[in-house]
Amino acid sequence: MSAVAESHSQEHHHGPASGITRWLLTTNHKDIGTMYLIFSFAMFLLGGSMAMVIRAELFQPGLQIVQPEFFNQMTTMHGLIMVFGAVMPAFVGLANWMLPLMIGAPDMALPRMNNWSFWLLPCAFLILVSTLFMQGGAPNFGWTFYAPLSTTYGPPSTTFFIFAIHIMGVSSIMGAINVIATILNLRAPGMTLMKMPLFVWTWLITAFLLIAVMPVLAGVVTMMLMDINFGTSFFDASGGGDPVLFQHVFWFFGHPEVYIMILPAFGVISHIVSTFSRKPLFGYASMVYAVGAIALLSFVVWAHHMFTVGIPLTGQLFFMYATMLIAVPTGVKVFNWVATMFRGSLTFEAPMLFAVAFIILFTIGGFSGLMLAIAPADFQYHDTYFVVAHFHYVLVPGAIFGIFAAAYYWLPKWTGHMYDEILAKTHFWLSFVGMNLAFFPMHFLGLAGMPRRIPDYALQFADFNMVSSIGAFLFGATQLLFLFIVVKCVRGGEKAPAKPWEGAEGLEWTVPSPAPYHTFSTPPEVK
Amino acid sequence: MAQEQSYYVPEQSKWPIVATVGLGVTLYGVASIMVNGKQGESTTGAWVMFFIGALIMAYMLFGWFGSVIRESRAGLYSAQMDRSFRWGMGWFIFSEIMFFAAFFGALFYVRVFVVPWLGGEGDKGTTNMLWEGFQASWPLVNNPNPEAYPGPKEVIGPWGLPLINTILLVSSSFTVTVAHHALKAGQRQKLKLWLGATIVLALVFLTLQAQEYVHAYKDLDLTLQSGIYGSTFFMLTGFHGAHVMLGSLMLIVMFVRVSKGHFTGDNHFGFEASAWYWHFVDVVWLGLFVFVYII
Repeated sequence: MSAVAESHSQEHHHGPASGITRWLLTTNHKDIGTMYLIFSFAMFLLGGSMAMVIRAELFQPGLQIVQPEFFNQMTTMHGLIMVFGAVMPAFVGLANWMLPLMIGAPDMALPRMNNWSFWLLPCAFLILVSTLFMQGGAPNFGWTFYAPLSTTYGPPSTTFFIFAIHIMGVSSIMGAINVIATILNLRAPGMTLMKMPLFVWTWLITAFLLIAVMPVLAGVVTMMLMDINFGTSFFDASGGGDPVLFQHVFWFFGHPEVYIMILPAFGVISHIVSTFSRKPLFGYASMVYAVGAIALLSFVVWAHHMFTVGIPLTGQLFFMYATMLIAVPTGVKVFNWVATMFRGSLTFEAPMLFAVAFIILFTIGGFSGLMLAIAPADFQYHDTYFVVAHFHYVLVPGAIFGIFAAAYYWLPKWTGHMYDEILAKTHFWLSFVGMNLAFFPMHFLGLAGMPRRIPDYALQFADFNMVSSIGAFLFGATQLLFLFIVVKCVRGGEKAPAKPWEGAEGLEWTVPSPAPYHTFSTPPEVK
Repeated sequence: MAQEQSYYVPEQSKWPIVATVGLGVTLYGVASIMVNGKQGESTTGAWVMFFIGALIMAYMLFGWFGSVIRESRAGLYSAQMDRSFRWGMGWFIFSEIMFFAAFFGALFYVRVFVVPWLGGEGDKGTTNMLWEGFQASWPLVNNPNPEAYPGPKEVIGPWGLPLINTILLVSSSFTVTVAHHALKAGQRQKLKLWLGATIVLALVFLTLQAQEYVHAYKDLDLTLQSGIYGSTFFMLTGFHGAHVMLGSLMLIVMFVRVSKGHFTGDNHFGFEASAWYWHFVDVVWLGLFVFVYII
């Protein structure tokens, strides 16, 4: 027993191990955060290249480059990879890096489990991506994998897809448990709940959502697995089941899931807007309550994804009003950010540019969401490019811009160097233009009746599709610039002080840049 | 706050990566068994893969829990660490509750909406035109399309084995609590006795449940393939049974640890976590007994 104690007595003092074992065996939240971020960017490029295939095919009407079967695999894999491989891991990576620094903790609460959460992801995506090379091809039923498309008519690789989802779920649940345990248990003395930075608050609530709904996703894919391989009839009406049951269970997961992908970005934007306005946030408490309200409402709106499948009228009314109610706390947040900027002393470094674009463009995405929430109108919009425009407006300038903003905001803390501001601003403007070119015309296409998930379209949609494809290529190519900026920043650059942003507040700016391998081994006092 | 200052961050560990490889290989093997089997190809390789993965997982579980137990007994964990474990276990059980909620939700949706609609009642009663003459009933023994899904002859009533099983599980929740009190009071013999009794009750429950399944398959034609009643029945009771198995394993490990002299009156979270899990399994059963068997 004493031998064990001795072998552990020095771990607070040594630095990172050398070589590959540093990454394979690590228990350090910064290493794990870095791995999450790198993995997420790799998946962003992979999912993005699939989007490029989609836009290349849609550049002109008619079948040009790929077969319809392969096109369907691309839309499916693009969605799955971006949601589960790019956006979610990026936020978990930010959480790993920043939560301990922001609350004054030495590490995450359960460091070994933390490492397992990460390494499960490459494993899951290895299985998922391998389905592309299997007999019958990869999943081709859309990222929402509706039954019976995915059960009765899915390719044989669907079973592998199901187990990949299971592994991602295990990873997410463990990651979320770790976040909650860290926030609830490891805050520095004096940091009461209502003194926590907003990124911490939003992640606490996101983690709760994750633990609540990832098991439901596991449940629905398990039902699929049983229907496919063991003859159950959950989603088959001839045995007394119902394909609509699939949609209910899936969207009970799926709707909170979209908040999982945006709430941490809300937290990031709150910090950045306040920092570059050199003012405290206009209303801290109302921000916290708004996030809580959004999270709770997210559990009672799922059927707004299913207005057209034939749910009872009372159901449509309930889910319509409940959905519109979400605009209230979301409005509280948007007005809060705007009021924070009002009469602030603003500067527009790259993080702030992304944050301001976030506020404007996410609001556009929110408004199109309100349009979709109106049940009778949704009968027109459902499954058109309008929906595609809507969710890309909340996910690209919402979640992804939030991640870029966070990356630029904290890169000096991570690397010890300032990034190249001119290149970063170029990255922003090219992304901004490319993204709007790509996604804004989709609103018009959808309203004019172009359905989503098709490789070919009628001639009258040709012009807008070409504009959209050009925008998508611009946006896609620009992301290589981001890779270059980050690599350049890691390798060198102007030395960053402990607090590179004049208006920034929080514990993470009290440690040197780059943050030492171990921080807050003794907790700081928060007044 | 003195304890906070020696917060324990474990050094590098090989277990997470071993666990990743183990889980990946196991599940890839399972998926290959299913897919190859369905396509009429050989499943030998897939089975080998599955067993290798399962062995790696077993090795990992012994190793990982072993090192946590060693660290705990070496006194490396502060009160704060103990709270982290408590939060972790608590939220893990919450995630399990949500997993079962998905299946209970499916059961309620099917009973309240789907089957009556198929029978021609209510808002979406037009679905009856798919299988005209289909009569809605619950338990559903005549499926809309009996050729695709031949229904069961009858279903299992609540007042036979299920009632006995309810009594067994509820009693086992009591016995494990008595054992816990004995542990806190330092009465090791009493602790072993009541913990042992809990394990016996758990194993009897599992045996009876297995008997019930054999009866359902052999005599009643109640199977996974017999329509939505069989689907929900076997998925809910089956996942519950799997959790009882896991819970029993945890209790058995606790019994071994108690026999080796582990745990003290004020430091025994491993035992408490197993007890929490056991109560969770018990509560899920009560839900099953009411909503699957009785109502």
